[in-house]
Amino acid sequence: MDAAIAVRGLRKSFGRTVALDGLDLEVADGEVHGFLGPNGAGKSTTLRVLLGLLRADAGETRVLGSDPWRHAAALHRRLAYVPGDVSLWPTLTGGEVIDLLGRLRGDHDPRRRADLLERFELDPTKRCRSYSKGNRQKVALVAALASPPETVPLMLLDEPTSGLDPLMEAAFTECIREEAGAGRTVLLSSHILAEVEALCGRVSIVRAGRVVQHGTLAELRQLTRTTVVAVTGREPAELSAVPGVGRVERTDGRVSFDVDTAHLDEAMSYLASLQIRSLVSHPPTLEELFLREYGERVPVEVRS
Amino acid sequence: MRTLAGTLALLRLGLRRDRVRLAMWLPALAGLTYFSGSAMGSAFPTQRAVDAYGASVSGSPALIAMTGPPLGLDTLAGIVLNKVGPTAVVGVVLLAVLTVVRHTRAEEEAGRSELLRAAVVGRHAGSCAAMLLAGGASVAVGALTALALAGCSVPAGSAWLFGAGTAALGLVFAAVGLVVAQVFTHARTATGITLAVFGIAYVIRAVGDVQGSALVWLSPIGWSQATHVLGDERWWPLAVSVVASALLVVAAVALASRRDVGEGLVASRPGPARASRALAGPIGLAARSQRGALLGWTAGLFALSAAMGSLSREVADMARDNPTLSRYLAASGQASLTDTYLSTMLLIMALLATGFAVSSALRLRGEETSGRAEVLLATGLSRTRWLLGSLLVTTIGTAVLLLASGLGMGLAYGLVLHDAGQPFRLAGLALEYAPAALSLAGLAVLLVGWLPRALSIAWAVLAVCFVIGWLGGLVRPPHWLEELSPFWQTPAVPAEPVTAAPMAIALSVVLLVGVGALGLRRRDVTA
Repeated sequence: MDAAIAVRGLRKSFGRTVALDGLDLEVADGEVHGFLGPNGAGKSTTLRVLLGLLRADAGETRVLGSDPWRHAAALHRRLAYVPGDVSLWPTLTGGEVIDLLGRLRGDHDPRRRADLLERFELDPTKRCRSYSKGNRQKVALVAALASPPETVPLMLLDEPTSGLDPLMEAAFTECIREEAGAGRTVLLSSHILAEVEALCGRVSIVRAGRVVQHGTLAELRQLTRTTVVAVTGREPAELSAVPGVGRVERTDGRVSFDVDTAHLDEAMSYLASLQIRSLVSHPPTLEELFLREYGERVPVEVRS
Repeated sequence: MRTLAGTLALLRLGLRRDRVRLAMWLPALAGLTYFSGSAMGSAFPTQRAVDAYGASVSGSPALIAMTGPPLGLDTLAGIVLNKVGPTAVVGVVLLAVLTVVRHTRAEEEAGRSELLRAAVVGRHAGSCAAMLLAGGASVAVGALTALALAGCSVPAGSAWLFGAGTAALGLVFAAVGLVVAQVFTHARTATGITLAVFGIAYVIRAVGDVQGSALVWLSPIGWSQATHVLGDERWWPLAVSVVASALLVVAAVALASRRDVGEGLVASRPGPARASRALAGPIGLAARSQRGALLGWTAGLFALSAAMGSLSREVADMARDNPTLSRYLAASGQASLTDTYLSTMLLIMALLATGFAVSSALRLRGEETSGRAEVLLATGLSRTRWLLGSLLVTTIGTAVLLLASGLGMGLAYGLVLHDAGQPFRLAGLALEYAPAALSLAGLAVLLVGWLPRALSIAWAVLAVCFVIGWLGGLVRPPHWLEELSPFWQTPAVPAEPVTAAPMAIALSVVLLVGVGALGLRRRDVTA
């Protein structure tokens, strides 16, 4: 099976600023792929290269099997894009913009459009000038989602829920699940980890213009630590000596610690030898993955 | 005074934001005045040359309509003021209006003033700071103009009086801009309406001056002109300008107190939920985005042309009363006085229509920087189709403006002279200028494609064309510059016969657009 998006060694500089520094990205056909990274990591630049709006300095880019720089317009008929910061024509109404963009893409489905307007509670008769940021975002979302999945198999979404309220975020999550069910490929750029965790099978984490981690969420969890809280019959005095164990804390007979997922087995064997009374373990959240990649220093918008 | 809290901080912010703009505008305006002023010195080296020119134009209706009744035309200073004056007038008004709208409505539209208003900044501080900035800029233009004029043989006292009149005019229109910016939600609309008010003021003054009536006192330009520089000079008319400015500022403050931040006085109504059949591509979108502006421009140019055309009876009378002038024109191989007058007016209208053409072509870049082009170009629309679609609207719009100018002028002229054929004749002749007007739009496209950060070059070239067109024939600019000006290449219809030159210019338009489109295809689309 061909990859919907295949990027290798992508480089792009703006003057002296290096935005993309050898970025690799692969999105398989039919998957919802999370593209994670803080502001300025190069997510939007990557998407603009994928759209053929920016010309890469080096590297190979294939979107749905064609070169986006050379065949931009033809390729765009088969994809839908939602920018992170939507600006629209102030004198047009939302409904007019949705129709215009649909016609320019070549295909639009009036039934889907009506359904989406209802789900996102968007008034199409208002002028874009008077829309709030969230409502402008909805216009772009409806315009993109109203395209029929049969002819438009790919969606590129750049932080699509910025400015949406939690109810609308839920509506968005539901819509994307349906799209995925209908076989659409989605590249979802985001820094909202809960959203990515809820939707994406695989993620790529980008930092300073390169992908530093990628894989399924399960695979990525392998790379990190599991938190364990246990009550044991005997004092786990030797716990710190078990390979891969860290941050051991003891309070009133309870012990909590982190363990490298690769060494989970050894830690469990040791605890079992001490007579386990209760045991709670939880896998690393995407948030922890992310923080591990960036350290606490990087400001991350975390919502749950 | 709490509503003015933070004015000084905002003024400093404005100065910081405009330091480059002002550093370009002020020397450019003063330099233009100085160089065209000194050029007059070399054009009329002797008193005899001055006298000959003065005798030939003293009653010229075109001159009176454009600059008002000339004073002191028997001196070099008189010629300098007459020729250089309009540049300073238009320059100061443009600068004042653009500055005041840029720092009031444009800031609100971009949502930045919200950020500032949330800080310790009073409700009227923004308006006040913008007014101080625009007023200060006007005073600076006035002072620099005075210095420049004093440097080219205008007596110092007269030069300062003229400079003060220029500054006063800037002040009045800054205040008009401040009022208009309260009413409309778009900066572009506010600028357009204010400049239209300036146009109306110009027409009122022109009609008043040609008729010799008190109508001129209804126009702010008339107030500055009433100082009679080089005549019986007097300062008191400038008090009228200052009082009017103050009243306008009070009106703006009253309006601002009645509205919300970001809103105008006219609330926006809901529109259609579905796009009409016409809104299906780049042409429909460009037409829809520009129809308001185009309507305004068309109405404005039609009215301006009609006003100018209606003066043709006075022009004909002057020709009868002034045999010297008629003889002079005949001797220099020129057409009738009326035709010369009409050709001057048509050229001015064509240059104004070019203003639309350039601003319409530059919208392409505006769409790009606002991020709207990104949304468009992520659909099946190619860059070239986008550019050509938008440019088609520019082309049709420019043609419509030229036709409206010709029709307006011809209609008024035809009514005065009872000649039903005039509207069509002049409308047809006005179209002769279409290639010239579009060539600057082509230049704008070239810049959008290759030098998107240097778009002001297009405006600078238009300004040069204006100056060449206005001074043309009197002060010869360098030959190559003349040859390059598409307006110089276009025959001055109806005074000159129709030639094929516009066709050659049309070819150059195609070339400019083609090269520009190539540039747009190979560069990044950036916000």
